[in-house]
Amino acid sequence: MAKYIVKRILMGFLTAFLVATLTFFIMNLVPGGPFLSEKAITPQAQAAMEAKFGMDKPLFQQYLTYMGDLVHGNLGMSIKKRGRTVNQIIAEKFPTSARLGGLAILFALGVGVPLGSIAAFRRGKLADNIIIVFATAGIAIPSFLSSTLLMYIFSVKLKLLPSLGLKTAASYIMPVFALALYPASYISRLMRSSMLDVIGQDYMRTAKAKGVSTFKSIFKHALRNAILPVVTYVGPLVAYLMTGSFIIEKIFTIPGLGHEFVGAITSRDYPMIMGTTIFLAVFVIIMNVIVDIVYAFIDPRIKLK
Amino acid sequence: MENTDKMKNNILSMQLDVDDFVPASADEKESLVVMRESVSFWKDGFRRLRRNKIAMAALVLVIAIMLLSFIVPLFYPYKYEQQTKGSERLGPMQYSSKELERIEAGEKVFPHILGTDQNGRDYAIRVLVGSRVSMTVGLVASALILLIGSIYGAIAGYFGGKVDMVMMRIVDILYTVPDVLIIILLAQVLEYPLQRLSRVPGFSWITTMGPNMVSMFIVFALLYWVGMARIVRGQIMVLKQNEYVTAARALGATNGRIIRKHLITNCIGTLIVTTTLQIPSSIFTESFLSFLGLGVQAPMPSLGSLASAALNGLQTFPEKLFAPAFMIFIIILSFNLLGDGLRDAFDPKMKR
Repeated sequence: MAKYIVKRILMGFLTAFLVATLTFFIMNLVPGGPFLSEKAITPQAQAAMEAKFGMDKPLFQQYLTYMGDLVHGNLGMSIKKRGRTVNQIIAEKFPTSARLGGLAILFALGVGVPLGSIAAFRRGKLADNIIIVFATAGIAIPSFLSSTLLMYIFSVKLKLLPSLGLKTAASYIMPVFALALYPASYISRLMRSSMLDVIGQDYMRTAKAKGVSTFKSIFKHALRNAILPVVTYVGPLVAYLMTGSFIIEKIFTIPGLGHEFVGAITSRDYPMIMGTTIFLAVFVIIMNVIVDIVYAFIDPRIKLK
Repeated sequence: MENTDKMKNNILSMQLDVDDFVPASADEKESLVVMRESVSFWKDGFRRLRRNKIAMAALVLVIAIMLLSFIVPLFYPYKYEQQTKGSERLGPMQYSSKELERIEAGEKVFPHILGTDQNGRDYAIRVLVGSRVSMTVGLVASALILLIGSIYGAIAGYFGGKVDMVMMRIVDILYTVPDVLIIILLAQVLEYPLQRLSRVPGFSWITTMGPNMVSMFIVFALLYWVGMARIVRGQIMVLKQNEYVTAARALGATNGRIIRKHLITNCIGTLIVTTTLQIPSSIFTESFLSFLGLGVQAPMPSLGSLASAALNGLQTFPEKLFAPAFMIFIIILSFNLLGDGLRDAFDPKMKR
């Protein structure tokens, strides 16, 4: 198992390296650059700026320099935010996004897993139908719609919740709910179908026949087997939600990493683009390795090799 | 008669009854015909689909949306880019003072069912054309994804080994690169070449569709097929173990022929289901991009850009948000339900 995990981590490093390389060259080969959007910049000033950020050198040499710094964990200086390193910006913005995303994940799991299981156990009954209707509607609403509608109802009409920023605990409610709506509905559907699969298995009948209590058979036998597809789905999702959703952060004016990332792309802040992309990629890769390990813990039959 | 009875009594008699060998009459032949026609894969699936009420309702809804968004705008008295001076920012079913004068003069003025926007454009037709744009993107993008994803996945799954390793690593990388990055960069790269290309005879359709929409299709074709490729690969890896593949190979069929004739045709159920479920997710992505301002270009509306524009006037004109929001919801919902129904009908694993 240790061997397998080491192999997966090495493979992950390779993927991250390729993503970084690909992003670097795509980004640099696109016409335009970080200094074009600035007003009235003299050619001399532009040359000076390019020299400052090492952009006057040949592209391949820039690439080598960047990769060398990257190995030491140095993501470089931001071009647009003068005097700040990319590491600093990520360290400052990430906690905000991570808090929101983490809460959304907890909410989605806390709602989706029980509801999906209840729907499966009450198959065809009223509870099942209600849950299915809500879950089906939930995956048909894009997050920008759910958040604007929430904002309209709770901030504009009822004036119950603050619409901007993240100052109080109450201001977390809407963004977290808007972020969690789709995953919660999706997890309910996933959980329901995998639970239905498990309920039909022979070992469930065996457990019942040998007198295992309903409670124990649900938690020890059914849930443990049925949750595997949910784990696969949630793994990468944790990375995507915790690095920030641009839409939610824009609508609720939250100073998070997602907002920063899109801003960096439109203003061509090269080190910032590279930094956030690599951060996200490494996060996703780590989550996938964790999913594999969690899998082996939940289901001992799965041998990692 | 007497004679035959005698013969039957004697069990050792070898004399046979000639009547048993008379050719069967038409009636007797009829009784031997198998009563039921053989049920093909398609018939079986469609029969199950027809029995699924929710899926049929979704199908009706999809057809209704298609009619509304593709046919109705052709006959609608307003055009989506037509600006009427003096009738800006009207509420639903309201008329401007000029239009009221015309009504009093005995003219017939078609009502603005959903009001007008800040440029005096009829909002109902903009929502309908917006749905058309979203539907077109959903359908074309899904077709592209089906084509690329199934071929890529089939090749990776069929050849396996090193080929599969390399091809799936590429998929992993595409999965990890943030799509927003590629979309924004690509939109900038493609803007100029597409404008040049649109002046070449035969490519003028680019101008009518807008270069952004074309670059959106290219993005879909580049990035979003990976999910399809993974699903098809998984299917092909199972299917290729079948005896008929070995038999085809023994008969000298080429790899291309085996993939085309035996493997792809055998996972057609999965392909249909995945493509149907891909349509709403493409519409999802399109409305998201248009919401960011990276989608279709003004004055062409899309449901996402309409919702995004309505966000600024949320306090005063909430219905401007509700109309496109409701359309997005209905389109995605009906395709999702239809896809679920198709899966129940055509996925062999779902047979109960």
